[in-house]
Amino acid sequence: MGAALAGALALAATGGSLTVGSKQFGESLVLGELAVELARDVGVPAEHRAALGGTRVVWEALVRGDVDLYPEYTGTVARELLGGAVPAGDPAALRAALAARGVGMTRSLGFEDTYALGMRRARAAELGISRVSDLARSPRLRLGFTNEFMDRGDGWPALRARYRLPQRDVRGLEHEVAYTALAAGEIDVTDLYSTDPEIRRHDLVVLEDDLHAFPPYDAVYLYRLDLERRAPAALEAIRRLEGRIDAAAMIALNARAELDGVAPARVASEFLRATLGVAAAPEEEGRTARVLRRTREHVALVAVALLAAIALAVPLGVVAARRPGVGRVVLAAVGVVQTVPSLALLVMMIPLLGIGARPAVAALFLYGLLPIVRNTHAGLTGIPLELRESAAALGLPPGARLRLVELPLATPAILAGVKTSAVIAVGTATLGALVGAGGYGQPILAGVRLASVPLILEGAIPAALLALAAQALFDLAERWLVPRGLRRARAAGAIR
Amino acid sequence: MRAAQSTEGAPAIELREVVKRYGAEGLGPVSLAVPAARTVALIGPSGAGKSTLLRLVLGLVAPDRGEVRLRGAPLRPEDHAARRRLGYVVQGGGLFPHLTAGGNAALVARHLRWPEARVAARLGELAALTRFPAEALARFPHELSGGQAQRVSLMRALFLEPEVLLLDEPLGALDPITRADLQADLREIFASLGKTVLLVTHDLAEAVFFAHELVLLRDGRVLQRGSLDALVRTPADPFVARFVHAQRALGLPAGAAP
Repeated sequence: MGAALAGALALAATGGSLTVGSKQFGESLVLGELAVELARDVGVPAEHRAALGGTRVVWEALVRGDVDLYPEYTGTVARELLGGAVPAGDPAALRAALAARGVGMTRSLGFEDTYALGMRRARAAELGISRVSDLARSPRLRLGFTNEFMDRGDGWPALRARYRLPQRDVRGLEHEVAYTALAAGEIDVTDLYSTDPEIRRHDLVVLEDDLHAFPPYDAVYLYRLDLERRAPAALEAIRRLEGRIDAAAMIALNARAELDGVAPARVASEFLRATLGVAAAPEEEGRTARVLRRTREHVALVAVALLAAIALAVPLGVVAARRPGVGRVVLAAVGVVQTVPSLALLVMMIPLLGIGARPAVAALFLYGLLPIVRNTHAGLTGIPLELRESAAALGLPPGARLRLVELPLATPAILAGVKTSAVIAVGTATLGALVGAGGYGQPILAGVRLASVPLILEGAIPAALLALAAQALFDLAERWLVPRGLRRARAAGAIR
Repeated sequence: MRAAQSTEGAPAIELREVVKRYGAEGLGPVSLAVPAARTVALIGPSGAGKSTLLRLVLGLVAPDRGEVRLRGAPLRPEDHAARRRLGYVVQGGGLFPHLTAGGNAALVARHLRWPEARVAARLGELAALTRFPAEALARFPHELSGGQAQRVSLMRALFLEPEVLLLDEPLGALDPITRADLQADLREIFASLGKTVLLVTHDLAEAVFFAHELVLLRDGRVLQRGSLDALVRTPADPFVARFVHAQRALGLPAGAAP
């Protein structure tokens, strides 16, 4: 398990290799794979940290150096990453502003993937809507936007201000879910990307951005400027894509990946063979190898986090039981940690720990504390007074009392806490895929993205089995960790 | 033996103006000296402060004022070595359920790294003394009868040869037959070991059966100290007479009076 961590750390540091990042949607994945395969083609070892959880996550990873390069859009760079200070249509200005952060930008890859609003054709015709400004006439329309679009500076806030849109029924959804909801008539309008193959498939109308609320979104790669020194060959190879992908080509690639369910790596290699004559062979893993790798990753995340949580939580529980004042503070503190949504906690870890296994382990560790601290505290304070006093009256010093009497008596409670933590960690670790930690979350998130139940099950079933295995493991552990007399007495119903 | 009044040096246990408050209730100020090799019974109604007094001697609670002395030396609350000079038996035994009978009895000796051979020898001695079946040493507390558990508790209290034995209602949770057996055995053990014994009981008959002297507590104060005879003939307070008569009405065992 340490090896997985060490490996992740080493990879980020090694010169001459390339770590590519991508966001949680098909186009970003395909563009990420293109970069990886081009780098490998010129002999640079490359790794893909695929499907990281959103623009901020990948950008932070790039700035920190966890990722060397990832596909981005000029509009997003201007509005979201540089805070709107630089016009998206001025590449020289963007480059200058990015260079100040140690980041470079390629020329446009040849297509624009702009934000747009879409409606079902029939619904739009019925209301006479063809431009975004027409939406202002129908205040009761139900809008469903991706969560990122809801919050981004260049998303819904800008659009609503620019067009003075009156709609109140606006909710946040996953991109793929939004398409399904739109098709089912649950919502009337959603945000979409202009290269989405679903536009054609669902026969949607793309509303004209008549007041130009959205900036141009030319596809580019952002990369760390030190890459020009560390892996010039890879960067040069990737630059061959500049101007080589037009909108029609990208829509076709997206359709292969998103609608036909072809692996992004294969979509990328087909494209490279056809357009650049690069004979890139995608590294394809069989299902067994895939599941085994994810199991290793997942178990490593859970095991490291759980061991660390036990190492801190048991002493904390002991202190909490010994000093009621401190105990209240400790229990409140670990309780507060538990109320932070897991995704938020993961993302909060990124500026500190980067992406990969570290932030995931840190988040799982923090979540693991509460059940163990609480059960250790309850187990110790639940020891009957006459037993605690007997131990003290025997003249055992506090340390010996803890070791010889109190902890053995509290073992069943402590183990129950550890078991709860383990099961929670197995479940929560699936979110680790959002920050590049791998594990069973990868197929689950991909399955959600592609609305593919088999993919979801490829992650969910092993995760459920792992949770059961963890339960069984701790039931076994109980057999040799809980003192024999205590086990028998409990079985005989002599004590609780 | 029973009449022998120790005259040497400081009392085995001495409380000097000890006060311990629990809200409106509590103990003291109490001053009490227990001479060495004597058995003293603390009697009195529930809530009189008998157990609190015992817990103060053990250092399980710290006095608000005053001090407790062991052989003339002040007892500090966290002096663990001093506590090992005291043996303690509580109602129900207070045995640790995760340890065998032998493991309970030898817990502190093992913590002090006695050699196993010495531990085994001491266990054998004590099993014989307390008439505990040696083969039951490997049993866990929930597999013992109430009387056996109390015998193990006594073995544990005696293991390091303490100078003083403190017993809090040691027979309180037992059925009458077991109780009578253990009573007789306990008195024999006290006599043969010649230890200082401080015993808490709410049962006058039991107190008279064991003790050289009775100390009657009420509302946290010592009302009277002396033999049963003295309590009967010259009660220091109307309550003393009432307490003695109420219990005597139940009938004292023949020949129990000292």
